[in-house]
Order: sequence, then C-alpha cells, then structure tokens
Amino acid sequence: MKTLVLVDHDNNSLGDATLAAVTAASKLGEVHLLVAGHNCGAVAEAAAKIEGVGKVHVADDAAYEHQLAENVAPLVVDQMGHHDAFLAPSTTTGKNIAPRVAAGLDVMQISDILSVEGDKTFTRPIYAGNAIATVESSDEKLVITVRGTAFDKAATEGGNGEIEAVSGPGDAGISSFVSQELAEGGDRPELTSAKIIVSGGRALKDAETFEQYIMPLADKLNAGVGASRAAVDAGYVPNDYQVGQTGKIVAPDVYIAIGISGAIQHLAGMKDSKTIVAINKDEDAPIFQVADIGLVADLFQAVPELTEKL
Amino acid sequence: MKILVPVKRVIDYNVKPRVKADGSGVDLANVKMSMNPFDEIAVEEAIRIKEAGKAEEVIAVSIGPAKAQETLRTALAMGADRAILVETDDEVEPLGVAKILKAIAEEEEPGLVILGKQAIDDDSNQTGQMLAALMNRPQGTFANTVEIEGDSVTVKREIDGGLETVKLTMPAIVTTDLRLNEPRYASLPNIMKAKKKPLDTKNPADFGVDIAPRLKTTNVSEPPVRQAGEKVEDVDALVAKLKALGVA
Repeated sequence: MKTLVLVDHDNNSLGDATLAAVTAASKLGEVHLLVAGHNCGAVAEAAAKIEGVGKVHVADDAAYEHQLAENVAPLVVDQMGHHDAFLAPSTTTGKNIAPRVAAGLDVMQISDILSVEGDKTFTRPIYAGNAIATVESSDEKLVITVRGTAFDKAATEGGNGEIEAVSGPGDAGISSFVSQELAEGGDRPELTSAKIIVSGGRALKDAETFEQYIMPLADKLNAGVGASRAAVDAGYVPNDYQVGQTGKIVAPDVYIAIGISGAIQHLAGMKDSKTIVAINKDEDAPIFQVADIGLVADLFQAVPELTEKL
Repeated sequence: MKILVPVKRVIDYNVKPRVKADGSGVDLANVKMSMNPFDEIAVEEAIRIKEAGKAEEVIAVSIGPAKAQETLRTALAMGADRAILVETDDEVEPLGVAKILKAIAEEEEPGLVILGKQAIDDDSNQTGQMLAALMNRPQGTFANTVEIEGDSVTVKREIDGGLETVKLTMPAIVTTDLRLNEPRYASLPNIMKAKKKPLDTKNPADFGVDIAPRLKTTNVSEPPVRQAGEKVEDVDALVAKLKALGVA
C-alpha cells in the first residue's frame, strides 16, 4: 500500500505530530509525505530525513502558505490518484483538511486512530474515550487522522527521502487568511510535547489565582501548563490550555492535576500520561481513581509549599 | 438570508456511557438523551445572528430516529423558526449526513450552515468539513467568533497554540467550538410556542443519495482501566516521590 502523510508545519519547522502519523503510516505500507506550504524548503528537507520516508512531495505555492482547507484538500485529492491511504495528524490543521479530502474522494474518514489492526482495520476512541471501537473500512482508499499520543514518534534522522515538487489547483478563491494570534507561552514547552504538565482546575478560583499558584510551579519544573474545561469555561485561561476530549490530548511523563476533580472529559485527554499526580482537597474526587500519586490537601497551602521544596 | 443548523440527538453530556458486554456497542436503552452540546452552541449562534438582524430564518434539521423530534423541538424552543426531521433508524455516517445536508441546502439555499464541530457520541469531527467539500464552499471550523459583513463571514478559529482568523465568501459552512457562545435555556412560554412551529418529516430516500455505511464496527470495548496508585500524607512525601521520578 502507498500512503501519503500530511506534514504538520509552519513553513519553517516540522511539527512533532507528523512523526506519530509516519509511524502509523509505516504499519500500512510505503510512506510518502506531502508538504503543502510556501517557502517551505526547510520543512521538506527535515521531512526527507525522517526514518522510513520514501518520497516527499512538496507543493510550494502562496495558495498553500496558511494551509487553508479549501486550497489544500483539492491538492491532496489530486495526489491520491496514485496513493492508497491519506493520513493526517489529529492537529487542528489535520482535522480541518482530512474530512474535506475524504468527501472529495467519496470516502468515509476514520478519525483519530489509536492503532492499526490490519490493512483496513483500526481502533479509535468514541464517547470521549469511554469506549474503543474497532472499525473496518470498505472504501477503496483510506482517509485517516492519527492521534499523536497513540503512536511512537518516528526518528527525525536516518531517512533519505527523495524530494519532488508537485503542484495543485492553487487558490480556490473562496477563502483567505486574515491573521493569527499565537498564545505567548514564553519559554514554556508546548502542551502536546511537554515532558511535564502542570494543570489547574476550577478550584483555582480566577485568572489571577491560576497565574499565582500554577505558573511558579510550572516554571520551576519547566513544565507545560494545562487546564480543565471547567477552568477554561470560567475564563481563567484561554482555550488552547484545555486538556480533554474537546481540547488537547496529552501524554507527558508526569501530569500534575491541581484542583481538578477529574470529569470524564478531562480524563479522556490525559489518562495516557505515564505518571499522574493529583492534588485535591476532596478525597473522593474521581481524579484519585486514576492518579498514581495523590495528595489530599488544600491546594492553596500545598502548591506553594511544593513549589518551594522542589 | 437563511441559516441552516443541523442538530444531533446524542447521549446526555452528563451520562457515563456503558459498553455492552457483548462488544456490540454502547448501551443506550433508558439513557437520557439530549442535543449534542456543540450543536446547542450552533443553534445559539444562528439565533444571535438572526436577532442582530443579519438573518431572516433559522432552520434546524436532524437526521435520526423519530425521537430526534424532541431535539428539534429544543432548537425551536431556543428560537429556531422551523425544523426538518429526516427520519431513519439506521446509523448514518458523517459522509451520508453531509450528502443529505447538501441536498437540503440546495433546496433551502442558506447563506450559512452552522454545525457543531463534533458529536460527543462518535467523536468524528467530519460532517461540517465534508458538507463544505461536497458543496464546494468555504469552511470556518472550530469557530470562536463569527462576524458577518456583506457577503462574507469572518471566522476566528481555535487552532493549536492560539487563534486564526479567516475570511470566507458566503454561502459558507461554520463549525462551532466551545467558546463561541453560551447557549440560552428555553423559557417555558417558548417551549409551549415551539410545539406549534412547523416540523417537516422526510425520509433519506427523498434525497436520492447513497448513505450506505462504509465502515463496519466489529467490536466496541472498554478502554484499558488505569489503576489508582497511592495517596501520600503530605507535601514532603510528594516531593520525595517526584524526586524519585527524576522530576526537579
């Protein structure tokens, strides 16, 4: 089988999510990559070095600079003339583009796969991860999104892919990019690649308190900062901090949940973390049912003490 | 301008789904069902656009069993003007749903179709994008803010790491993210009024599209259970544990 993996990138560097998708694709067959962007030569070169990669198709065109789905999907549909499976990482870009490709090919997409069980058989989470479905496709071609935390990352060195320029239909003329505001995380690691995450819940009371208690601990541990949906809904932090089924799915080495009760939808986003630490004053909080290390304590005393003693 | 809002009847947000012992699916017998939360946000946004004088009519549509009427009545009670139920007891996949919606959109010619970004049962996150592709119209997915000016709509989108703003030529498809708005509760008088609003019932066959499933679910299982660990007495004990893990 020939697979085509959509490379996650910002025209300068390659996103980690690509590497998990490459691993998933390699279980199906030959791995080709597609870099759709503008002035994205550095990305193509990095992509060619990923272990196990055959060809790297590069569509370098102003129409693809911001990876608008309206422009990129027809390009992918064209490329699928000589590929059997399209895989995109489950990033917001991948989730935006892949179904548009699937409909273009008249194929039913398989979202967010956790494992490859056969040529056309995969597992995927449903009901916010409360159940795992095994699904088999009857479509001739496959369109898949890949959950990044479910697959090992392919090595970024050792490959020797052949870079080949391709072109597509270009600008569909129905949408345009206006602007982008990326959250200023400073030197803090990105949530989906952080080794340690400190996450706060509704118990943090308000934005100032969240900042005052969570950030110093995160800084000390060089950790990424996350939040429960309740904390996001209450306006303590922006939505891109959200860990959960409707936010980011993370699996760091250590996940420290502070003042988070452990709603189903939050657990779905972090339960694959290697070690889960929970601090909560309610000893019956569901978070303790999944925590490896639990501390029943008032966070307003325990967290500053912890920050000081680490 | 008309706004079309597809809504799905799903297991209630607060119910913990139980996997059937025979692996055939999730047990939905005697379980509370509600409107998919992201769809509630979609209905709310459509009504707000109408209230702002930028749309004349909000049409709710659902594809599902007869009981999906209740979900449509909820949309009508919130403020939608009329509803269409495409009644079927079969499970229709996002691709099939998108094909039916495309047929309805061709009839109704809405300026906007606003959908939830995903349903909380199958978590596919596909229907809006597929509909946009089939109609060859632009898509503003995971919307945080929607602003209409003339014949274009500006959508601020929730993306990994922040927000992105795109401008789309209408007709356009928008899918909602959590922070777009906070849906209203329907008042009792509005619930009563909703009973009298028009609700058309149709069949998938009326649209002449292929909705045969492409995916076969061969098994549904419980996710691996994570075992609870231990509780520590105080911060000092926690620090010792964290240090043993190599943290700090």
